[in-house]
Amino acid sequence: MAKLSEIAKVCKSKNAGPFEVTIDVMFDSREMYDKVLKSGVLCEQLFATLYNVDVKDVLFTPYPAAFAFKGTIPRRISSGDLGDTDVYGAQQHAPMLDVEIPL
Amino acid sequence: MNDECRLLSVSSILGYGFPESSLALGLKRKPHFMGVDGGSTDPGAYYLGSGECLNSRKAMKRDLRLMLLGGVSANIPVVIGTCGGAGAEPHLQAVAELAREIAREENLKFRMALIHSDQDRSKVGAWLNEGRISALRNVPPLTAATVERSTRIVGMMGAEPFMQALDGGAQVVLAARASDAASWAACAMSRGMPPAPSWYAGKMLECGTASATPKGHDCLIATVRPDHLEVEPVNPARRCTPLSVATHGLHENQSPTIHEEPGGLLDATDCEFIAVSDRAVRVSGMQWRTRDYDIKLEGAEFIGFRAITICGTRDPILISQIDSYLQTVRDDVQARASGFGVSPEKYHVVFHVYGKDGVMGAAEPVKHIASHELGIVVEVVAPDAEDAKAVLAIARVVIPKVDFPGRLCKSGNMAFPFSPSDISVGPTYRFSIFHVVKPDSPYSMFPIDYVEVH
Repeated sequence: MAKLSEIAKVCKSKNAGPFEVTIDVMFDSREMYDKVLKSGVLCEQLFATLYNVDVKDVLFTPYPAAFAFKGTIPRRISSGDLGDTDVYGAQQHAPMLDVEIPL
Repeated sequence: MNDECRLLSVSSILGYGFPESSLALGLKRKPHFMGVDGGSTDPGAYYLGSGECLNSRKAMKRDLRLMLLGGVSANIPVVIGTCGGAGAEPHLQAVAELAREIAREENLKFRMALIHSDQDRSKVGAWLNEGRISALRNVPPLTAATVERSTRIVGMMGAEPFMQALDGGAQVVLAARASDAASWAACAMSRGMPPAPSWYAGKMLECGTASATPKGHDCLIATVRPDHLEVEPVNPARRCTPLSVATHGLHENQSPTIHEEPGGLLDATDCEFIAVSDRAVRVSGMQWRTRDYDIKLEGAEFIGFRAITICGTRDPILISQIDSYLQTVRDDVQARASGFGVSPEKYHVVFHVYGKDGVMGAAEPVKHIASHELGIVVEVVAPDAEDAKAVLAIARVVIPKVDFPGRLCKSGNMAFPFSPSDISVGPTYRFSIFHVVKPDSPYSMFPIDYVEVH
């Protein structure tokens, strides 16, 4: 087992428009990308669980061209609205870091 | 038919800057068009709502001057989308005014097109009634009341209005809100290139050298050909690699492979990225699927005037009961504000507690904190500016003084770093509209004016 924080090259979040946040996890090599893909751990349900959103609102895309996975989730509060904490959505990635991948 | 179209993007947003040496090198490549994107929704609804520009006048003027000096004399059209940050009428006029000033100062003459994108509330309301408006993913449905409350509404144009402006002989095209890639796609398509590589080039060019390594605000050149494009940063200190270019597909969007644009979908699922040198990458295999034409609408709604104060606690007894303490503060503020005539429905109070959940809010999975200090931003938002200031001022009085069980720090619960400690932030806005409408035509929402500048 390894945590994503130990094996990912990039783990980041950012707005995808004001109503969604998108989380990208990238790896150094096709080999590592394939291992993570095969583990099946990264999927719609993982994002739904970690961010407490409805699984049907999650858009998950494996992107082999960049050895990356993308998960896009709805924002609880739209960017800059009352009570928002992160206008750019740039610090919502941390729950991904501890996700364990069987290698 | 032309065999290729060379497009030079100077930076990621007008006013972010770029090295002059890069522009000079880029012009040596004899681009057919030069331009830059002008904005984004990313910094929030304030800019659309207030009409303020995202970047300073000075920074935009510096970039625009270099572009006009490089483009006009060499007869290279200069094309800028989403002028001024949010691309509403005040932003477009601010950039147009800079262009006129520069023309006077530098003795330049050119034909300039201004493409507008403000949309009347009454028209948007009528479209809503006609059933022409639908919500995007994860956006609530639009209501007539929301349209009515919106301060300003813009439509996001596709490539067609840009192509019309270029056909109209414009040497400088300044557009209000536009899809980030549209200006570039329009340039390439106006020289006969097909939509798929043209739109893909736009996706790369709209962000300057974000697709290069190292990233930065710098010039990128894309060469669009009928079945592929090549991208290369101009500055020799940067390079594009197949991985850096593929990675840019992830940038600030829902999907790395499916990009929704006015009139079509750009599908990058089968893209191939091949190094043609150690600095340039060829991308092929993208597809353009036409679909019903729709235009995204963006609207901003005023939510009130904001006042804030910043303070922090180093008291472990308080930190151990922070939630109940803040509830006590909230109740006390409410009682005192009611006492001077500001009832609770007239304002909102938010405590941003850094060291606890200030960054992720309710989504924060860590429930037990071990912080030895907490930073608190107290935020008050009220439709009336004086109410916002008054409630914030009383919160600043209450928060250091409220009693809590076991309290030893009897002369003040909070450290305030500044005097004065109350900060008036000004008007604040939310995105109220983020929907799509079926237009009469790709041009109908975006009138064009031509101005002879000299």
